[in-house]
Amino acid sequence: MIRFTWLQFRAQAVVVAGALALLAVAAAGLLHRDDGAVRLWLGVLVLVAPGLIGMFWGAPLVAREFEEGTFRLAWTQSVTRTRWMAVKLAVVGLASMAAAGLLSLVVTWWSGPLDRADLNQFATFDQRAIVPVGYAAFAFTLGVLAGALIRRTLPAMFVTLAVFVAVRLTEFSWLRPRLLRPVLLNLALNPGSTGYGQQGTLSVLFSSPTLMPDPPNLPNTWITSLAVVNARGQALTTQVLTRACPDIGQGGGGGGGLGGHSKAPQAVVNRTQDCVAKIGTTYHEAVAYQPASRYWPLQWYELAIFLGVALILAAACLWRIRRS
Amino acid sequence: MNSTNTAATLLAASGLGKRYRRRWALSGCTLEIPAGRVVGLVGPNGAGKTTLLHLAAGLIAPTTGTVEVLGGRPGDGPVQLSRVGFVAQDTPVYPGLSVGGHLRMAGYLNPGWDGAEARRRIEQLGIDLRQRAGRLSGGQRAQLALTLAVAKRPDLLILDEPVASLDPLARREFLRSVAGTVAGRGTNVVLSSHLVADLELVCDYLVVLVASRVRLAGGIAELLASHHERSGQPVRLDDLVVAAMSQTGDVR
Repeated sequence: MIRFTWLQFRAQAVVVAGALALLAVAAAGLLHRDDGAVRLWLGVLVLVAPGLIGMFWGAPLVAREFEEGTFRLAWTQSVTRTRWMAVKLAVVGLASMAAAGLLSLVVTWWSGPLDRADLNQFATFDQRAIVPVGYAAFAFTLGVLAGALIRRTLPAMFVTLAVFVAVRLTEFSWLRPRLLRPVLLNLALNPGSTGYGQQGTLSVLFSSPTLMPDPPNLPNTWITSLAVVNARGQALTTQVLTRACPDIGQGGGGGGGLGGHSKAPQAVVNRTQDCVAKIGTTYHEAVAYQPASRYWPLQWYELAIFLGVALILAAACLWRIRRS
Repeated sequence: MNSTNTAATLLAASGLGKRYRRRWALSGCTLEIPAGRVVGLVGPNGAGKTTLLHLAAGLIAPTTGTVEVLGGRPGDGPVQLSRVGFVAQDTPVYPGLSVGGHLRMAGYLNPGWDGAEARRRIEQLGIDLRQRAGRLSGGQRAQLALTLAVAKRPDLLILDEPVASLDPLARREFLRSVAGTVAGRGTNVVLSSHLVADLELVCDYLVVLVASRVRLAGGIAELLASHHERSGQPVRLDDLVVAAMSQTGDVR
């Protein structure tokens, strides 16, 4: 059964292995290792590769057999369908993990100097090291299960992509910050580096203006939250702020150390800094962050979670095939 | 593997039923087919022929009742699987895999595989081993599917409407090669079709299935002879089958 799986899969495996070899050669010789744009695109490649694996290796694996009727050929050979499914999951699944792992290895190695200079390792957390292996295992088994349930290749591919993206977004924005309890840091508000305005991009629509301290300088850490709170942990509200400083924000331009913007009038800057000093007597800056040393524990943690989910999905595939 | 423990009954079904969601594809089917015959299964579309054969090959599991093939439960483990060769309707093959690749696949997956016999058959048909199966004509594809099923040396060969989509010439050739394969081998065969003429070429035993019920079953020679005896005049098998299919009253 292993030899048969390889017989069917080898053409695709050879193409992907060739592409990886080409990329490795290019990375070793042709791509300049100080090119930020290349670093960005390689990161994007690592990010999307698991999704592509799920769509093109996972979803068609069983769906195409149903679509073309060949499952009737495959399941009437002298091999039980449970074994048939298990071997296919194992062989193509391991190939998926190897492909994502090798791609990540090449990109992680190539980007090393830029990553180290950047001092922001968590910005590329899911494009480096070992987590892409977990994403690939998850995407692949997800694709196989979608194909086994839907039995049509194209819809299974789209469902795989949609679920994979949804899971990754949820994981990245909700689960990952909660995997390990963050380290808390309380800082006095610094009038020189605290601005006034609205936070975020989407949240601008819903939030009201407040004080915005600059993040502290903690290289290679991941700051998961940043807030202005009082001794009881309550966040600074717009009401409290405007009561303390009725004239804040008037006279145009945002103030304080958020460099790069057009310079605000000196009067406005002074007014904002006075306000921050005043608020700073009862409020402080509360920072929650993952220290640099948590990078590898988080990588292993996340890899284990995705591998675990992949195993559950693989079991679901076996269960589905056995009773179809 | 070899038919040393051949049961007298090739296939026994009792109250056999299969439901897909709300629709019963087969229900309350009870029949017994003796071993050592080349059995033709005939009936109108929707009679449940394909469902019955899929149940016999172990491709699907029954919703109600039981079915036994060669004394075992269909699809129950590699030994039972190795004893049954199956050619599905429309004779599916892997379009991207070469003809030789298919033979290698069957060699990997079947312990009783007769590679020399398989290559001999393919060569005899003038099919290039390097050709992709997706490029074969309908007749060639059916022959490849038959070769795969035959060269695993099964005790029972099941063919589900293998000629339904073939032109008359390919149809005749295919049935000839089935007949040639069966001769002197002792393989049991069950072949379904909705055309009696197809079955007459190959079979010596007939089962007429209408709406999951057996309307007529027996050796073809015996059926014809007994009818001759009763009515006093010879009858064509075709007419006998049509008469069996159109009789009313005994269904549910």
